[in-house]
Amino acid sequence: MHLLILAILIPFFAAALIPFLYRRIGKLNIGWFVLIVPLALFIILAMRIPDISAGDTIAATLEWIPSLGINFSIYLDGLSLILALLITGMGSLVILYSIYYLSPYDSLPHFYAYLLLFMGAMLGVVLSDNLLVLYVFWELTSISSFLLIAFWFHRKNSRYGAQKSLLITVFGGFGMLAGFIMLHTMTDTFSVREIAASISQYTDHALFYPAMFLVLLGAFTKSAQFPFHIWLPDAMEAPTPVSAYLHSATMVKAGIYLVARFTPIFGGTSAWFWTVTLVGLVTLFWGSFCAVRQTDLKALLAYSTISQLGLIMSLFGMGSAALYFGDGSDGALYGLATFAALFHLVNHSTFKGALFMVVGIVDHQVGTRDIRRLGGLISFLPITFTFAMIGSFSMAGLPFFNGFLSKEMFFTASLNSASLPIFSAGTWGWLIPVIAWTASVLTFVYCMIIVFRTFLGQPQLKKLDKKPVEPPIGMLISPAILSLLIVGIFFAPNLLGDHLLRPALGGVLPGMAGAAPHITAWHGFQPELWMTLGIIVIGGILYATLRYWKKVYSLIPDTWTFNNLYNRFLAGLENNSNTLTSFYMTGYLPHYFAYIFTFFVLVAGGTLVFTGALSIDFSNDAPVKPYEFLLVLVMMIAAVAILFVRSRLTSILLNGVLGFSIAILFVLFRAPDLALTQLVIETVTTVLFLLCFYFLPELKKDRIPRNAKIRNAAIAIAGGTTVVLIALSVHSGKLFESISSYFENSYELAGGKNIVNAILGDFRGFDTMLESLVLFIAGIGVYTLIRIKSGKEPKKNEDK
Amino acid sequence: MKINDVILKTVSKAAVLIIFTFGIYLFLSGHNEPGGGFIGGLVLASAFVLLFLSHDSETISDAIPLDFKKISALGVLIAFASSTVPMFFGQPFMSQSFGYFDLPIFGKTELATVTVFEAGVALTVIGVVVNIIFSISEDE
Repeated sequence: MHLLILAILIPFFAAALIPFLYRRIGKLNIGWFVLIVPLALFIILAMRIPDISAGDTIAATLEWIPSLGINFSIYLDGLSLILALLITGMGSLVILYSIYYLSPYDSLPHFYAYLLLFMGAMLGVVLSDNLLVLYVFWELTSISSFLLIAFWFHRKNSRYGAQKSLLITVFGGFGMLAGFIMLHTMTDTFSVREIAASISQYTDHALFYPAMFLVLLGAFTKSAQFPFHIWLPDAMEAPTPVSAYLHSATMVKAGIYLVARFTPIFGGTSAWFWTVTLVGLVTLFWGSFCAVRQTDLKALLAYSTISQLGLIMSLFGMGSAALYFGDGSDGALYGLATFAALFHLVNHSTFKGALFMVVGIVDHQVGTRDIRRLGGLISFLPITFTFAMIGSFSMAGLPFFNGFLSKEMFFTASLNSASLPIFSAGTWGWLIPVIAWTASVLTFVYCMIIVFRTFLGQPQLKKLDKKPVEPPIGMLISPAILSLLIVGIFFAPNLLGDHLLRPALGGVLPGMAGAAPHITAWHGFQPELWMTLGIIVIGGILYATLRYWKKVYSLIPDTWTFNNLYNRFLAGLENNSNTLTSFYMTGYLPHYFAYIFTFFVLVAGGTLVFTGALSIDFSNDAPVKPYEFLLVLVMMIAAVAILFVRSRLTSILLNGVLGFSIAILFVLFRAPDLALTQLVIETVTTVLFLLCFYFLPELKKDRIPRNAKIRNAAIAIAGGTTVVLIALSVHSGKLFESISSYFENSYELAGGKNIVNAILGDFRGFDTMLESLVLFIAGIGVYTLIRIKSGKEPKKNEDK
Repeated sequence: MKINDVILKTVSKAAVLIIFTFGIYLFLSGHNEPGGGFIGGLVLASAFVLLFLSHDSETISDAIPLDFKKISALGVLIAFASSTVPMFFGQPFMSQSFGYFDLPIFGKTELATVTVFEAGVALTVIGVVVNIIFSISEDE
């Protein structure tokens, strides 16, 4: 098996091992063992950099369900490599940090198992070439994110945030799945590369645009784009290492990755350009606007993440215009936006990761993240202050930090797009740089809030729970590495650009890797520089006068927010479904039977009549023997008798008579498999009935009104008639060629002479496998229902 | 439910032995003769049910310290895990294979991977059936 396929599977295996390992290692923190996984994977992936930067790609396939076109096929190009390196690299740093951050009272095996689950799933998302495999991993990241947000599940807010994130991201995921299936309908393949190669024939297809918007729905919900951004601030209830890892560096970038991955497929169209760019820009502005008013540092960072994700998203939108022009100077001009997007993607992970870790340190050492209670921490936490400053200034786009480079490129790209000659950009194109600049001013303001409100000013020690001191050295290592990267990338940007960004550009804009620019910090007195200077001046003024214009925020009533909409929608959904369900769920078994049989008669019987399958033909039948008549007579008597007996015990036994007679019928017709199964099933169900009978009250037949009796009788007769008609039609008519001759080869194909079992275990093994899963779920369901009702879950199970 | 019936207890002890043997026979013969994982599991489960009914359930759960919930979970796990094995040999998910081997005592014998899968099905059936009947009979 290919090493990269193993790389996806290793985290899952490691997660499965944790519970066993945890008991063995005694007092040592399990995190040290977990740390090995991402570190090893990072090294494995980093060793591929030379190949990838030389323009190679690596592909490997493991067949999964080839008959449906679903294969475990992976594909590593520059784009996947960047994401994979982020996942494993940030993963290592975050795990190292979490070893010191989490308290020994937290359930560490759960935490690290979830984290590894996420890491494997995320690697699966960025390395899969097959859309359905990608989808499975995609939802797995949502689930692991849900588990991690609800890690402190005793808190109400954690549970609320976890549910919200799951509902919104899975909702988008379903849309994305529908989009994938539409793509498959058009191109007849699930492989991203094959779709990209053949999509040009299908741009006029009726499903082209629906597929595009559904895929974008998945990307926007996952990457917290406006108006789906509301889940991200609530996800901040997760432990800070999780916020740093999932909710800023990796998982929320999955949507951006998806947009980048699909740019070769949908890019070059006007709809893609405007949707991605505008949604990104609105998110950029709205995120930074909301971030300024936050008082909780983590909430502020959450909105800032939303805003920065919007920035990257809009850059991918602008860059897609390059595909319209193709390989040429115009293409290179607009392709710069894509390059900037990739660059900022990396930079954002470094500075936002560092900032989250800083906030985690403040929270951990001081006991609060509320900026109204913080201030003057510089004299207590000087090292942490340094990291906070580096991270914030980089995010604000100030020189000597990597954020400056990508921010300038962002301005260049937005100015380029304003003068785009296509997609009717002439009318509204000027909006792009205006929104970009305004949002960047607000970004500057909240970056200053992070640094100055927390670390400068008067210390308010009385409001703090504990006296602030620097954290243990282990907690400082990860932000230190990230801070070094922030500065290092500024001074040697082309090391990153040439080896990682250039091949990634080729992945987003095929054949245009050569358009990658040489990154320079100084390009003379260009508009970009004036924009940056303007941000510093205006942003500085706005920061100083913040208390005067903060009233702006109270202009929007609370009832108008998307959060409120979400909450009311959810509450309404619960109420309505409750009303609807209690309308037909009467808790009265005969009603349920009436529904089931009416439905059966209408659907099955209706299909039989309308498809013209109804045909009854006795001409080829063998004569009925007298003892067969006798057996059927016994069955009929037993069935009718059940209606008139007055005790449950008798009706159970009569039901048994019916079942065993059917078994005898199977024997007579030489079907030993069926007879055996019927006999045993009948035995077990009779026992089951008798057990249940023990708890049931006496039969009270007299209370049923006459009308209901007649109605029930009519439904029962109709149900019985339908079954008989279907059985006779199946026997008489042949709508299509029988496939049974295939199964007759079971001895050669499956090595078994028993055709029935060869079908069950081999030919149609999928059915059997999933049936046993259903059986298992049903069994657990019965067990839980009984135990919950009686409220006596055995204690011994919990102690284990 | 506590039943004290000497005859039932004595007979069921002998019967259970026969049913177990029959169940295992059915499971193994399923490849070429009537039988198989589902029916074999069901017969084995019915033997357990007989034990639970003829003796009181506490005696039996002390004598057979098995958690049938876990057995059913193990069964599902075996069915799924055995199906992924072919993927490690470059075959599609759920491919089964078989071969004929000369074994001592048995002579020429057919061994098939589908038996592992069927064992998973059988364990699921045993676990689920016994678990359902046991939890209903314990509920008071």
